[in-house]
Amino acid sequence: MNIYVCIKHVPDSAARIKIVEPNRIDESVTFIINPYDENAVEEAVQLKKQIDGSEVIAVALGPCAAENTLRSALAMGADRAILISTDSRPDSLVTAQALKAAIEGDGGASIIFTGKESIDSEGFQTMYRLAVALSIPVASSVVAFSLEQGFARVECEMEAGATAVMKMALPCVIGAGKALNQPGYPTLPAIMNARKKKIEHLDLADLDIKKFSGSMEVVELKPAVEVRQAKEIKGPPDTVAEEIIRILREEARVL
Amino acid sequence: MEKIGLLIEIKDGEVKPANLGVLTAARGADHDLHVFLLDGDVKRHRAVLENFGAHKIVDIRCEEGALTDNPACRAAAVVEAMEHFDIHTLAGLASARGKDLLARIAAGLGAPLVLDCIRFDLAAHTAEKSQYSGKTIARIQLRGSHAIYGLRPKAVEAQPAPGRAEVVSLTATCPASGLEFIQIRQQTGDAIDLTEADVIISGGRGMKDAQNFKILFECAATMGAAVGASRVAVEAGWVPYSMQVGQTGATVSPKVYLACGISGSVQHFAGMKTARTIIAVNQDPDAAITRTCDYFAVADLFDIIPRLTRRLRQVQKLER
Ligand SMILES: Cc1cc2nc3c(=O)[nH]c(=O)nc-3n(C[C@H](O)[C@H](O)[C@H](O)COP(=O)(O)OP(=O)(O)OC[C@H]3O[C@@H](n4cnc5c(N)ncnc54)[C@H](O)[C@@H]3O)c2cc1C
Repeated sequence: MNIYVCIKHVPDSAARIKIVEPNRIDESVTFIINPYDENAVEEAVQLKKQIDGSEVIAVALGPCAAENTLRSALAMGADRAILISTDSRPDSLVTAQALKAAIEGDGGASIIFTGKESIDSEGFQTMYRLAVALSIPVASSVVAFSLEQGFARVECEMEAGATAVMKMALPCVIGAGKALNQPGYPTLPAIMNARKKKIEHLDLADLDIKKFSGSMEVVELKPAVEVRQAKEIKGPPDTVAEEIIRILREEARVL
Repeated sequence: MEKIGLLIEIKDGEVKPANLGVLTAARGADHDLHVFLLDGDVKRHRAVLENFGAHKIVDIRCEEGALTDNPACRAAAVVEAMEHFDIHTLAGLASARGKDLLARIAAGLGAPLVLDCIRFDLAAHTAEKSQYSGKTIARIQLRGSHAIYGLRPKAVEAQPAPGRAEVVSLTATCPASGLEFIQIRQQTGDAIDLTEADVIISGGRGMKDAQNFKILFECAATMGAAVGASRVAVEAGWVPYSMQVGQTGATVSPKVYLACGISGSVQHFAGMKTARTIIAVNQDPDAAITRTCDYFAVADLFDIIPRLTRRLRQVQKLER
């Protein structure tokens, strides 16, 4: 099987985000592999172990620095990688087209894994667009996955602890949720070995991709301001409990 | 008149209350609100939809049978309805199901989509949403012939606007999609949905073990609250992942968020910072949450929560 995993290079969630232009952040912070994409890589690597002759290919669209993030995916067990480089900030319509072009140009997928969302733009949609571009089925927020007689059987997270069980024809796109698996930390030898694995470079500008009339653009970024004035509730436990009830009733009006 | 399509979610036979916030947000002087009901019970839902400003109720059914569960079929039916009624703007709820459906619809139309927005302007085609784990608010410009929005549950409070709605019906075709729906599996009892709850009581490392979460469930039961957790509590195996609040868990906007034994890490905050009122019970006066909440008590949660439960029970009894 040709197992593709789409990877995004994102600022670490612990990083301090500084806005430098009306719509840009200071990118001199630490970047990491999008946490949900780790679950995608892990699932791809597990699948490869089950099916002889499979290969896991990590694909990323991003700046040249995204190469480091692809190395993380290689250290986790991907065999090789493709970086589609760009300094622009493509929206999810363009991203899906670029991923499609790279995957098709590389030979085409038997299955594609992505994370269910990226923690920077929080868009929740690239995998759906990729599936439509390739005319194949998609499921996201996947928390259980198995291959059964040429079908992918998935469970997708719904609200309040319910899951939807679905079956998809192959190839298909799977958006990995956190509960899908527990990605392991790469070992030192795996990290060393990843340095030797091949990363192919493509340029977004060279790809022949479909243009849409629709687009999305971040026109302004503002810090999310905290306007809370923390007040201490003092006193013995009974007084604290009483005060919480007063807040619930009089201020929040939820009782 | 600008036609606006609205995707309505039905849960347990009723219109999910959070949908009414979307209806409220979508109103405008020259907006013609078309509410899409997929395999819905128009008779049953008409009154509430009219009370919240619907102008048309589009009763969508499918030739091939049930539209209820297959998300690919549902998305195709909505796309067909939008084309049939010449609707270019669609808004819905960014719940788990809503996010999936809206993304399928947007992908099908090649249309821009902003999910989990906290505000939108249907005339200017802009939406505001959190980015970078809730550390920034982005204003996004949507361009093109269509625009699709998924509003964060509870981001806009529902306000009635009573009127009359006309019912129109549409039979959609469901093309084969390669996706087959099998069943819904309920993992945990009939838990209250975190994203829909008015009050959430969450526990973190301070809960110490799975057993102790019982005191949160008991307290929550007195006021119909949902119980959430930090990642530490989930990773320790005390509670299921579906209860995790935070950057890699649920994003919630309740009226009250009561954090018990939670330090207030940035990743946890990313999931609950839009709560209206945050109350923290923490033993450590220097815990980050004591600076980022509205109220905090420096106390042992095991002293406070059982007392709170007892008092709430008394109060509820007196009022009945
Ligand atoms: C990529 C990434 C994603 C993450 N995603 C999430 C996420 O989605 N959600 C999430 O929650 N975390 C997430 N985390 C983890 C996060 O960084 C913190 O580790 C976690 O939120 C801490 O949980 P906590 O507050 O329960 O535990 P701690 O930080 O250990 O805090 C426990 C608190 O309990 C208090 N306490 C202890 N006993 C008592 C008592 N008896 N009474 C009162 N107070 C008491 C202590 O004073 C302390 O402040 C993520 C981390 C990373 C790196």
